[in-house]
Amino acid sequence: MSNDMISTPASVLGEEMEAAPPAPTPGDLNDELIRTSIWTDDMLYRAGIPIIDVPLVSCGGGMGSFVLSNYLRIAGADTSQVRILSNIEYPWQTYEYLTKVSQIPRPERLRSDSQGMPDCLWGFPSYALREARKEKKLFPIWNVLTEPIFADYWTPRAGTVFAGLEKEVARTRYNEMLVLGQVRMVRRRNGGGYFTILTPPPGSSATRRIAYRSQYVHLAIGYPGLKFLPDLQEYRTKYNDLARTVNAYEPHEHIYEGLLAKPGTVLVRGGGIVASRVLQRLMDDREKKGAQTQILHLFRTYYSGRHNKWGFAKRRGAHGFAFQGFNAPKSAWGGQHIEQMLKLEGKARKDLYDLTGGAHTPYRKYWLDQMKRGRDQGWYTTYQGEVTDVRPSPNGVVTTIRQNNGSMATLEAQIILDCTGLEADIREHRIYADLLEHSGAGRNPLGRLDVDPSFEARGTRSGTGKLYASGSATYGGYFAGVDTFLGLQLSAQRITDDLAKQGFVKRIGIARSISSWWKWMRHKQI
Amino acid sequence: MIPTLSGRIQTRIWLILFVGIPWTLVITPFLPNNRDLIGGSSLVDTYKTTFSVLGIVLVLAVFGWEWLYHFLQQFRWEKDWPVIFSLFLVVPEAIVAKLVFNALDIGMKFNATAKDATFWWHIGTTWIVMWLFVLGPIKVLFIRWRFSGGRIFF
Repeated sequence: MSNDMISTPASVLGEEMEAAPPAPTPGDLNDELIRTSIWTDDMLYRAGIPIIDVPLVSCGGGMGSFVLSNYLRIAGADTSQVRILSNIEYPWQTYEYLTKVSQIPRPERLRSDSQGMPDCLWGFPSYALREARKEKKLFPIWNVLTEPIFADYWTPRAGTVFAGLEKEVARTRYNEMLVLGQVRMVRRRNGGGYFTILTPPPGSSATRRIAYRSQYVHLAIGYPGLKFLPDLQEYRTKYNDLARTVNAYEPHEHIYEGLLAKPGTVLVRGGGIVASRVLQRLMDDREKKGAQTQILHLFRTYYSGRHNKWGFAKRRGAHGFAFQGFNAPKSAWGGQHIEQMLKLEGKARKDLYDLTGGAHTPYRKYWLDQMKRGRDQGWYTTYQGEVTDVRPSPNGVVTTIRQNNGSMATLEAQIILDCTGLEADIREHRIYADLLEHSGAGRNPLGRLDVDPSFEARGTRSGTGKLYASGSATYGGYFAGVDTFLGLQLSAQRITDDLAKQGFVKRIGIARSISSWWKWMRHKQI
Repeated sequence: MIPTLSGRIQTRIWLILFVGIPWTLVITPFLPNNRDLIGGSSLVDTYKTTFSVLGIVLVLAVFGWEWLYHFLQQFRWEKDWPVIFSLFLVVPEAIVAKLVFNALDIGMKFNATAKDATFWWHIGTTWIVMWLFVLGPIKVLFIRWRFSGGRIFF
């Protein structure tokens, strides 16, 4: 991992597993394997790498693998037919890490629809109904019936989602499919199908690598990497100052604690959901715990009103932020947005992404009220500008910006909190890099992995074998909501239907759906 | 679920056929009526009346209302509106259906066994049942429905 990347549990665990063993171990990759794009069984025998046969392998083991495995199990796949290769122990491990550090602990609410339920294939009864029943309140139901006009979108608590997942993991016997290790690469196999090379945890195998020979492969390895903004990375490298420039996806609780103990100025960068969350934390600390933090907020693109016309509609914006309920307009998960996207290729598709994407945050009255108090009382100020320079100063860090009107300004703060959530190029991830180089995979108009409407990675077919991908790596395809719970379900559904066409599982029709749902309702193990 | 135009029309047709019709079969005998007052009229006449109402609602929706709703939602960024709106839409739809019902003189055609209350109770209860069905159970029957803009048949 390059040093401008942010560590997550998966990357840390992955690096530990991948670390070179102290002594040469048999069954390792050799030059022949590394060089050759399409492998024969003999090549693996020669390298001494043991081969395990399984019809379908899902790499990742996070939310994406879990949701697909859930669909496959309900579509009739036995646990012996699927192996989930993962460096994390439970599907929400990375997700929970990222939400927690970005200020969504378990009792707080995610930015996710009530029916986006990774633990329930049907999305019914929804999280709102679950919460209403559990807490004996009608409010969540009223909210989902009247949103988004008379109420802000209702969203579930992180803890509700994790608790539900835990149950569904047990119900579908997920752990029987889980294999711990670090996926190194996926290569096509001469004769059809694929080889997936896994590096098992040190000491757990007689050989350094194990090969999984499968007809189908599913890639759900999450973000290729989360990056620091280039100007902040340059500052960190040049001045070796890691304490005063922090990314919201790094653990940074000490910053909030420091600000409670001693007044300070913070510069928040970014206009998305993470910025909103971090601002709420800073402002809550100020309003409820007596912190005296001065908050400077820098937007690269500043929205002061309605903008980006799509059809007859324009997106709402105010005080710098663009407002959108979820990651994409709600009609991306099956409505007019995806219908339109399916007809668009190349630049036309990218244009619609530009129009409906970018940094945006949900409209939440609590946040808007809080920011208004901040502006009125003078402890919260917003700026627009392109950063030209970041350098240390006696009191902290000085950021120089060029504003839209061409004038320069300087912002001085003790801490810079990067909330931009910049994602790395897919090539930064070893598995994707290998796939692009050796397996025929291509890029979509946004530069990520090109998949067709059934989420098969274009160009990677191997005989009767198919390689699918879901999650953030496929952003830029026909479906803009890939990196969400509902999106993972949509992808899993398309993949499962495609697999059903090839006879790997049964198609989930009306009868199977009703009987499976009834089992789900009764928590009956399958 | 955020519908597409085709999806909303398909969903409406399916709801009338598979929720509206069974519900009408069940509820019609219990609706207020004039059968006692008019000699020779029967429950069959009331059934003919209530089924005609379903037909009117279906035709108006498929050729009118759904297009209007689709058009109005074009002015909304997310292309949705509150679920509760769909419940209240019964008001304009029922009023227009009643006007058509009167204009075609359907009540008289079937021996006038129905009175105004028959119409309102029938359409009101049928609407609520269909609305509740869309909120949840339909997703259990058709797992692809919510990801395909409400399309059911094709």
